[in-house]
Amino acid sequence: MAAVKKDIIGKLQEQILNLQGVKPGRNAHAIDFGLGIISNAFPGNVFPLAALHEFLATNLEDAAASGGFISILLSTLMKKNGVCLWISTQRKIFPPSLINFGLSPERIIFIDLQKEKDVLWASEEALKCESLAAVVTELDEISFAQSRRLQLVIEKSRVTAFVIRKNAEKLSSTLAAARWRISAMPSGAIDGLPGLGFARWHVELLKVKNGIPGSWIIEYAAGVFKPVKEVPVNDLKIRKAV
Amino acid sequence: MMQKRYMSIWFSTLLTDWIRIKQPALRDLSLVFSDKAGNRMVITAASKEATLLGIHLGMPLADARAIAPDLEVIENQCHKSKKLLAALGRWCIRYTPLVAVEEDQGLILDISGCAHLWGGEREYLREIVNRLRGLGYQVRAAISDTMGTAWAVSRYGRVSPIIKSGEELNALLPLPPMALRISPMASQKLIKLGLKTIGSFISMPRSVLRRRIGEGSMERIEQVLGQKEEFFSPITVPEVYSERLASMEPIRTRKGIEIAIEKLLSQLCASMQRDGVGLRSGLLQSYRIDGRVIKTRIGTNSPSINTSHLFKLFSLQIDNIEPKMGIELFTMDAVSFDELDPGQETLWITEKSMGNQKVIELLDRLAGKLGAQVIQRYLPQPHHWPERSIKKVDSITEPLSLPWRTDRLRPVQLLKVPEPVQVTAPIPDYPPMLFRYQGITHQVKKADGPERIEREWWLEEGEHRDYYQLEDAEGKRYWLFRSGHYSSEKASKWFIHGFFA
Repeated sequence: MAAVKKDIIGKLQEQILNLQGVKPGRNAHAIDFGLGIISNAFPGNVFPLAALHEFLATNLEDAAASGGFISILLSTLMKKNGVCLWISTQRKIFPPSLINFGLSPERIIFIDLQKEKDVLWASEEALKCESLAAVVTELDEISFAQSRRLQLVIEKSRVTAFVIRKNAEKLSSTLAAARWRISAMPSGAIDGLPGLGFARWHVELLKVKNGIPGSWIIEYAAGVFKPVKEVPVNDLKIRKAV
Repeated sequence: MMQKRYMSIWFSTLLTDWIRIKQPALRDLSLVFSDKAGNRMVITAASKEATLLGIHLGMPLADARAIAPDLEVIENQCHKSKKLLAALGRWCIRYTPLVAVEEDQGLILDISGCAHLWGGEREYLREIVNRLRGLGYQVRAAISDTMGTAWAVSRYGRVSPIIKSGEELNALLPLPPMALRISPMASQKLIKLGLKTIGSFISMPRSVLRRRIGEGSMERIEQVLGQKEEFFSPITVPEVYSERLASMEPIRTRKGIEIAIEKLLSQLCASMQRDGVGLRSGLLQSYRIDGRVIKTRIGTNSPSINTSHLFKLFSLQIDNIEPKMGIELFTMDAVSFDELDPGQETLWITEKSMGNQKVIELLDRLAGKLGAQVIQRYLPQPHHWPERSIKKVDSITEPLSLPWRTDRLRPVQLLKVPEPVQVTAPIPDYPPMLFRYQGITHQVKKADGPERIEREWWLEEGEHRDYYQLEDAEGKRYWLFRSGHYSSEKASKWFIHGFFA
C-alpha cells in the first residue's frame, strides 16, 4: 500500500515539474556527482546541468571551501576530457592544489582580468561555447538582469556555469538554479590520530529552483563524498546570523 | 614582363618646409639649417628665400650671416631629414606598395601597374604632387622607365614630367651632366671641357668617356639609360600575403569598415588556403585622408583561415578605428602565418570534432578584446618552492611533461605574497597555539607539520620555510610558515600563505 502511494506521489511530482517547465528529458544524460542525499533536494533528484549555480563566499576561507567543492563537481563534469574556463579578477586559486580534488589543473584555462566589468563579458562569451565542460566565474556582484543574460546563453549552449559571489553583502536575487554556501567544519580525527582529518564541509543549499533547500555536513575523502549528517534547516537561520 | 615605371619625387626644400609646417610663424623668412662640419658651422639646408639671396649649401654660416644679417638659423636638426623622408615614404604607400628613400631629399616609387587606378599617369602624378603641396612641401616629380631618368627629370627637367617608354635619351639630352647622378668631380670636369649638356657627350665612344669620368660614373650613365639594372630597396617589404582595398569615396561608417574588412579577409584567406597556411597574426592598416594610418592587430591561438572567426576578432576592435574625415585605403597583411594542420589533434579530444576549434576561437575572441595576457594556463615545474612549482605556458596544447604532485596537500587559495601574522607557539618547532590574522584571533585546534621547504640557493638567497597546516575552532584551515630557524634571541617571523578547502 505504502509503495503504491509513493508511486502515485512520485508521478504527481513529475507532473508538477512538467507544468513548471522542468523537462525530465533534458537531463536524460544525468551525471552522478556522488552527492548522495544532497541530490534529493534537486528537481527529479538530478543535479541540474546546463544551469547557473551560485556560491556565496565572502571570505577567503569560504572561497577556498567553495573552490574545493566546485573542483570536485568539475572533475566529474570533465571526465570526458573537457576543458573549463576559470574567469576572475585577483585570482588566488592555486592550480596544483586542485589535483587533490580529482581535477587536472592543466585542463583549466584561467582568464585573469583587471576590471570587474570584463568578467561578465568574458563569462557570457565563454558560456556561448558549447565545447566547454563548464565555466567558473568569480565576481563581486551579479544583478538579476545580468544573471538572466547568462541564463539565456546557457539555454542555448547547455554549458554549466558556477558563479562564486565574493560580495554577498548585497545579495540580489538571480536566476540561478541553485544557491550554495560551502563553509568549513571541524574535521574528525582519522582513526583517533592527531592532526588534520579529511576536509569536512557544511553544505547549505539556500535556494533550489523547483527543489527543496537543505543543509548537510559532508566529508571528502579518497575522491568521494561521505555524508556525515543532515542538519535541520532551522539551524540555517542561526548560522546566517553569525 | 611588365614594363617597369618609376616615379621620382624631389623635395627641394624638405627641412625648411617641414619646420614651416610646424611653426607657421617662420613663413616668408629667410631660413637656413646649419650643422657642425669640423670646426665650423655650415649651411645644410636653405629655404627658397635664402637661396635667392645667394646662400648655398655648404657655405659657412658666418658668411651667410654676412650676406643676410636677419637670417633665421636652426641648428643641429639635419638628422631629421632621413626620418622625415621615411615618414613621407610611408605616406606614399597609399599610392603604391613599393616606396624607396633616395639620398638627397627624394623618394622613388615603383608605380608599375598602379597609375591606371587614378586614371592614368598624368592624373596620378598630379594627385600626388598636389597632395604633397597641400601638406606644405615644395615638390617636383617625374615618371619614367628608369629610376635615373625620373630622378634627372624631376630635378632638372624643364618640359614634361612624364617620359614615355623609350624616350629617356631624348629627355636627357638638354639636361646638365649633374642630372646623371655622377660625382660632382666628374660633372665639373665635363663642364670645364665645355660639355654642358648630356647631349654633347652621351654619344661619345664609351672608352673615351670612361677615361674622362671614371668607372663609377659610367655605371650611373648605363643605369639612367636602362642598360644596367638598378637596385631598388623599398622601405617596407610587402608581406607575402597582403591585400589592398582602395575606396572611391572616403569611408566614414562602421558598416563601411566592416565591408572592407570582410572583403580583404576573404581575399587574404583564399590566397592563404591555396598555400595551405593559416593566419596567426594579422595587421589591418586604415589610411585616413588626413595622413594618419591606424593600425589594428589581431592574433590567433592557432592558424586560421576561417573568415567569419577572423572577422569577429577584427570587429572587436572596430571601435578603435576613428575614421574622422574618412578612410581612403585599407591594407591587410598576414604578419605571421603557420601551416594549417587539417585535423589538429590536441590534448582535449571532445566528442564533438569541432570542439577544440571552438575553444580556440573563443580564446582568440577573449584575447582580441582583453589582451593575450589574460589567458593563463599552468603546468607543473620541478621545484618545491610553492611560487615556483608551476609555470605559465603560452600554448594551450602543450602537454604535461611531468605529473602533478599529489603527495603534498596544497592550499586552494594561495596569497601572491605571504602576509605576516602574529603567532603564539609553545615550544620550538611545535605548531602554533593561536595566531592573529587581519584582527581576528584563531585558536588552533588541529595541526600538521612542519613541512620544511628549502630555498633553492642556486636561484636566490634567503631563509627556508617551515610550513604548518592549521585548523581553527571553526574548522577553517590555513597554511602558515615560520621563516628560518627558531631562535631564542629574536622572535620568529610567521606568515600566512594560503587557505585550504
